[in-house]
Amino acid sequence: MENLGQLGQYLGAGLACIGMAGAAMGVGNVAGNYLSGALRNPSAAASQTATLFIGMAFAEALGIFSFLVALLLLFAV
Amino acid sequence: MFSLLQQTAPVVVEHSETVTHTETAQAAAHGADAAHAAADAAHGASNAGMPQLDISTFGNQIFWLLVVLAVIYWVLSRVALPRISGVISDRQGAITGDLMAAEEFKQKAKDAEAAYDKALADARAEANKIIAANKAEIQKELDAAIAHADAEIAARAGESEKRIGEIRASAVEDARSVARDVTEALVQSFGGNVDQNLINDAVDQRLKGALQ
Amino acid sequence: MAVTEEEVEGLVFHPMDQFIIKPLFGGGDVHWFTPTNATLWMALAALCIIGLLVFGTRGRAIIPNRLQSIAELLYGMVHKMVEDVTGKDGLKYFPYVMTLFCFILFANFLALLPKSFSSTSHIAVTATLALLVFVGVTVLGFVKNGTHFLGLFWVSSAPLALRPVLAVIELISYFVRPVSHSIRLAGNVMAGHAVIKVFAAFAAVAAIAPVSIVAITAMYGLEVLVALIQAYVFTILTCVYLKDALHPGH
Repeated sequence: MENLGQLGQYLGAGLACIGMAGAAMGVGNVAGNYLSGALRNPSAAASQTATLFIGMAFAEALGIFSFLVALLLLFAV
Repeated sequence: MFSLLQQTAPVVVEHSETVTHTETAQAAAHGADAAHAAADAAHGASNAGMPQLDISTFGNQIFWLLVVLAVIYWVLSRVALPRISGVISDRQGAITGDLMAAEEFKQKAKDAEAAYDKALADARAEANKIIAANKAEIQKELDAAIAHADAEIAARAGESEKRIGEIRASAVEDARSVARDVTEALVQSFGGNVDQNLINDAVDQRLKGALQ
Repeated sequence: MAVTEEEVEGLVFHPMDQFIIKPLFGGGDVHWFTPTNATLWMALAALCIIGLLVFGTRGRAIIPNRLQSIAELLYGMVHKMVEDVTGKDGLKYFPYVMTLFCFILFANFLALLPKSFSSTSHIAVTATLALLVFVGVTVLGFVKNGTHFLGLFWVSSAPLALRPVLAVIELISYFVRPVSHSIRLAGNVMAGHAVIKVFAAFAAVAAIAPVSIVAITAMYGLEVLVALIQAYVFTILTCVYLKDALHPGH
């Protein structure tokens, strides 16, 4: 039974890490679109760096959530 | 995990002896590890999880965080930020002042250049004036000299003409007297009567056609 | 759980032990007033900030030396951020934003020193920072705008039928703000440090030690970047929330 519980924990933690893929796609999407926009109109790029970081932060936060869930499963259950 | 273990412990005991055996072994190993770090022992059971979720330390962290934040805020708002903003605005002022001074110097340089140009133009005009005056004077002198020379030449030419006229008159006179003498001698040699007036008229008549 | 892990293949994984809070002097329980390693490193962050921003600028030089240049760089960066995002009327709150930015930045950087303690990896710390911003911004919004502040949740540009739904979503997203605000910072710092620690544990095996050391170096570089970016992101989100409080409505 103990091993079963551990199994569940580890499986859950591993599955939670799949969430990081979503965050990776999100951050990549934000950065890629920023880059393509910046290459089209380089003069407007500097003024949008703040927006870029805000967007990346929002996308990344969700990946951090999945990481947190994994950690909670591993250490705190 | 430990709470879960405690709940399932009776079941585990029933199932097999080995599980509890390993559990105690692990607990012993863990105890040795916990002796390694003093805090581990201090926290007891809570050190198994994340230290971030150890609620017993929250009050401590929050208290010291607030103290540190208050100190930083006080120092920044009272000392650091006014000083930095003062330095930056001083620098801005210095830069603006320097720029204005530079502008002023530029204006001065421009004025000086204009004055120099004006002086140069004045000097040039003065020089032109002097040149014109000199030229006029020279022209006047030249004119006077030319006029003088012309007058002299005219006088000399007149004199020469007069002398030529005199010479010509004297030559005509000589020719006439020679002609009269020759005519008289001819008339006499032909045995004629010499009438002076007649001869003169005849010679004059003939000479008028020849000399003029 | 740490019990079972450490016996795996002889490797000792203690990625989370670096975050344990210990009293500085002797053992005993951690009371709310006990000076701990967290206290020490937060105080060091404060000292570094004071050293840079106060002693670095004591010359008040028109032509700055190195420390003063750095201090002015930080000042200019945060000042421009506040002015760009919140507008001129947000500059009143600039000292507070600057405090947050400097504290997080220095806590993050000091945490990268070997054997140091990363105070910003603790959810208690970041949640306090985020809640200070959240409560402050909410109170400020109601004081400045009264009930007009609730217009933040009532999207007047949307069709009328959709507005209640959007209002619920906006309300939820508003209350999730402090959660994501705090967990983003703590999670990033914690993840980076834990990953470095895991690589460090692999270094015990001689065969993979070079790989491990290269990986630690790379992660360390990434963590330096993350330390700066997370401080920047925390600050700019604070500015965005402040802007919402000062000028609600979409």
